[in-house]
Amino acid sequence: MPKQLLNAVQPSAEIEAAGGGLLDRRLFLKQGLIFTAATWGAINSQTAKAGFERESWTKQPGKPFSNYGLPSDYEKKVIRWIMANDDAPGNGVSWTPLHELEGIVTPSGLHFERHHNGVPAIDPVRHRLLIHGLVKRSLTFSVSDLLQYPMQSRLCFIECGGNSNAGWRSEPIQTQVGYFHGMASCSEWTGVPLSVVLQEAGIKGRAKWIVAEGSDASMMNISLPLDKALDDCLLALYQNGERLRPENGYPLRLLVPGWEGVLNVKWLRRLNLAAKPVMARNETAKYTELLPSGKARQFSFVMEPKSVITHPSFGHRLDRHGLYQISGLAWSGRGKIAKVEVSADGGKSWTEAELQEPVLPQCFTRFRIPWRWQGQDVVLKSRAFDETGEVQPERSELIAKRGRHGYFHYNAIVSWAITEAGEISHVYL
Amino acid sequence: MSIFKSLLCFSLGSANMVVAEELIGPGLGIQAPPAMLKQWNRDVFPDGAGLPLGRGTAREGEVVYRAHCIGCHGPEGRGGSAEELAGAEHSLIDDPPDKTIGTYWPYATTLFDFTRRSMPLSNPGSLTDDQVYAVTAYLLYLNRIIGPDGEMNARSLPAVVMPNRDGFIDNYRQDD
Repeated sequence: MPKQLLNAVQPSAEIEAAGGGLLDRRLFLKQGLIFTAATWGAINSQTAKAGFERESWTKQPGKPFSNYGLPSDYEKKVIRWIMANDDAPGNGVSWTPLHELEGIVTPSGLHFERHHNGVPAIDPVRHRLLIHGLVKRSLTFSVSDLLQYPMQSRLCFIECGGNSNAGWRSEPIQTQVGYFHGMASCSEWTGVPLSVVLQEAGIKGRAKWIVAEGSDASMMNISLPLDKALDDCLLALYQNGERLRPENGYPLRLLVPGWEGVLNVKWLRRLNLAAKPVMARNETAKYTELLPSGKARQFSFVMEPKSVITHPSFGHRLDRHGLYQISGLAWSGRGKIAKVEVSADGGKSWTEAELQEPVLPQCFTRFRIPWRWQGQDVVLKSRAFDETGEVQPERSELIAKRGRHGYFHYNAIVSWAITEAGEISHVYL
Repeated sequence: MSIFKSLLCFSLGSANMVVAEELIGPGLGIQAPPAMLKQWNRDVFPDGAGLPLGRGTAREGEVVYRAHCIGCHGPEGRGGSAEELAGAEHSLIDDPPDKTIGTYWPYATTLFDFTRRSMPLSNPGSLTDDQVYAVTAYLLYLNRIIGPDGEMNARSLPAVVMPNRDGFIDNYRQDD
């Protein structure tokens, strides 16, 4: 970024909004500056010594067209990190590198993955969706049938119920945001409202749950309340404008807005309407949160409000003093983000960040705030408030309520400590 | 577009709002053949609904376990690369808690449902129903819930009362 532009903003013109150098969130707008936060710590402070002649890529024809574009060769480090079982490489997870991304949409190839037994290579011509159980007519649909139904699109995050679970550990994990909170991703999903095909099958009065099943080698099943299914669930066929990626459920997945990722069944093949939940492995042995009392919370579907500062964060380094833009993500399964507050003094004082439009329900929301760093020790924090009045808790509050062995649904405030040298670490505070 | 009676509601709702109940599809669903329903439906409910014919004892299950499960789950359900299935040494309120089938799983039917659909990882769906009943019995035996001669079948399996049957708090209430 052009440094001289930033330096043109005089400290005297800035309104301090909270301790630690946080400035009024409208500062950049007032100054009319165009600012990008995409290169934290990556800016080489040494100006290139090269001359000003035409660069090599301007002196020869470029590459021809491509049928399907790929990121620049210079962006090869922007990848999902994979953690899988040595004995079963298709059993594990991969994380979205949130610390490398901006805006709110996750590129489809970087959407997080959780597979139990690999990604199936499904032939869409042979794939069927079966709806049965407490329905008047048991029906099957082919993918080409479903593609002819009325569709809707929505931007929506999917977050694994186990996202951020390193936060339960007694020592703060030192890793990039993506490998701590990156089992959450956000896409535009397009598909057929689930209610449309359920009504075609005819719901019987006793039906209260739907057992959904995927068509991979694990063929996992899980129970979804019928009222949620009728409210806003989609049979998703498209992700970010193109057909679903295989690792995100091609050719058909369930989208359950704002609820635990495990309910968003990939490779969807079967919906069994039932009076009671099936009590599958993933709603009993897993995705239940053990409390200190020895009892466990079950069916805690909704992902609670969460936020995290992605820039700057662990792995970045501040290599100059001056004006920065803090940027981060907030989301809530309960609705829209109402506001995000940021602190640069470890939570003593807070001020409101700017929410970047669009601000949508059950969707990533980007927040930004200007900040002047003059080499002081600081602790950066963010906390999300959603439109239902829920507030992201401090870690100590969450642990007081849930203990440390719930594993799932960790949504506490994240703290980044920055030293005088510009080094950033994750701290509990 | 006119067949989708209420596409008008798109423009009335906010951009991200789903106004699903108004939409009507073209009605392309085909009646599912009975054979498909029978073969595809693998759900086993806590009351035993969905359990197939068949049987197996814990002793028979030990043979199945040694052939298909021990490689990942270790001898007697512990010490392998995969999840610990038995042999809890302490309880759910210890630090850390010891979550196994015996200390945590609320329903024995879940064991049958999950094993039949997902296991073994290298060849899922390869066990016969008798083998799944038997290995379910063996896992219940390892967790000291039934004896070595205990037999699991469509009647005995849902009758098993797991130690942590009442260990869960339902956190979701649907509207009536």
